[in-house]
Amino acid sequence: MKRFITVIVVALLAACNSPPDRATTLTVFAAASLTDAFNEIGAQYEAAHSGVKVAFNFAGSQQLRQQLEQGAQADVFASANHQELDAAITAGLIVSGTSQVFARNRLTVIVPKDNRAGIETLADLAKPRLKIVLASLNVPIGRYALIALDKLNQKFGATFSATVLSNVVSSEDNVKQVVAKVQLGEADAGIVYTSDVTPAAAEKVTALDIPDEFNVIATYPIASLSSAPQSDLAADFVKFVLSSSGQSILKKWGFITQ
Amino acid sequence: MRRLAATLVGGVLLLYLIVPLLVILGRAIETGLLDQFTHPTVTQAVQLSLLTTPISTLITIGLGTPLAFSLARRKVRGRSIIETLLDLPIVLPPAVAGLALLMTFGRRGLFGPLLEQLGLSLPFTTIAVVMAQTFVAAPFYIRSAQTGFANVPHQLEESASDLGANSWQVFRRVTLPLAGPSLVSGVILTWARALGEFGATILFAGNFAGRTQTMPLAIYQALESDLGSAVAIAALLIFISFVFLLALRAVTHGRVSHPML
Repeated sequence: MKRFITVIVVALLAACNSPPDRATTLTVFAAASLTDAFNEIGAQYEAAHSGVKVAFNFAGSQQLRQQLEQGAQADVFASANHQELDAAITAGLIVSGTSQVFARNRLTVIVPKDNRAGIETLADLAKPRLKIVLASLNVPIGRYALIALDKLNQKFGATFSATVLSNVVSSEDNVKQVVAKVQLGEADAGIVYTSDVTPAAAEKVTALDIPDEFNVIATYPIASLSSAPQSDLAADFVKFVLSSSGQSILKKWGFITQ
Repeated sequence: MRRLAATLVGGVLLLYLIVPLLVILGRAIETGLLDQFTHPTVTQAVQLSLLTTPISTLITIGLGTPLAFSLARRKVRGRSIIETLLDLPIVLPPAVAGLALLMTFGRRGLFGPLLEQLGLSLPFTTIAVVMAQTFVAAPFYIRSAQTGFANVPHQLEESASDLGANSWQVFRRVTLPLAGPSLVSGVILTWARALGEFGATILFAGNFAGRTQTMPLAIYQALESDLGSAVAIAALLIFISFVFLLALRAVTHGRVSHPML
């Protein structure tokens, strides 16, 4: 019995005294729509800064903000709208005035490639018995979509938005799930960001443009967190995102850049 | 000394399992639980969960009992493969189950065209919720029932039929009561798993209040917008589960055998 305890204690001590990690980890919470762009930005940043590992948490901005409020540790927060970042500021997680807009985005309607529901124009979204999938209202894209639909009332009549909404069969948790359901052909249409029509996605979906006058410009702010474990690195990463290298990557992935 | 150590160690785990539940209940009461209950999101989610989970459980019992009985008694060729396949939904991540259901019963799934001809479209419907729940929860009942049936001594059944009982009477009067505790355990686990089902539901059935947004889905969505609502639904879920389990124990007079045997 004594020997057993000794072994356990020695093992625990050994575990506690393991050499510190060589790599420093920078934790970035980013909106789901930023997945492809930020993965590439992260890879470039790692290549330029040896010993640094960028770890991403991609999810709906509302979920990220909620996690931060509940105490999740992160260095940088990149949101798909001002609302969630402002909420983080209100919660004392980010210093007011330190956030910067690093990209913009527009909305688009996507339909499965074979378009069995025959949605050729935006007006077709009001056709009866369609299965439309949107993000839920607490997700930035969900809210933006509602604004765009309301704007389209100017063109298609006051009841257009309500009719389209009555075709909604599911409210997803982030924009990528909307893309997935349309790609799978389970949804007849979805409203996502233009940046979500990536080369990979374009193989399975077709995009229907929403004219500028009815579209919504989504603004993406980024900021380091007040309690960032790697605050210097965080600030440097934000600078990188705003630099010409970061901006060209964002542009490549379909975002509107400065 | 040893007994004290055992009690302390066991007590730690007991507290670990119980305290978080009490914290939720406490927090819910603190933040005005009762007001939340009139919120349509909450009432719809509760109604949907209380509608779908009994249906899923009944389907499981209805179809699972004969299956469990056959597996326990008949010499089925490839039985171990069948049993392993039946155990899969238990260990699979629910999202995988959801994807599998989508690829089988979805519009572009294996049976998609056939269902379309019959005028049926399953994803995004309440039926899909029941299907998702049944898929992930049924294996619990089947395994438990199978063990229960297998453990009924053959001599007792043989004696009964020697005394003139036909096979249905043997089943009803001898087999069923003896396998009872295992069946009840199975029902508890199945219903509980169905009630907590999230991943397969959100993928296959989607998330729509009143139609497919069960309590777990409602909690998940509420977490991101209205923490008070989430806590209220979570507390309700804990309470309903507790009451159900208590009632079931009372009905079976505590004769519930260990589930995962």
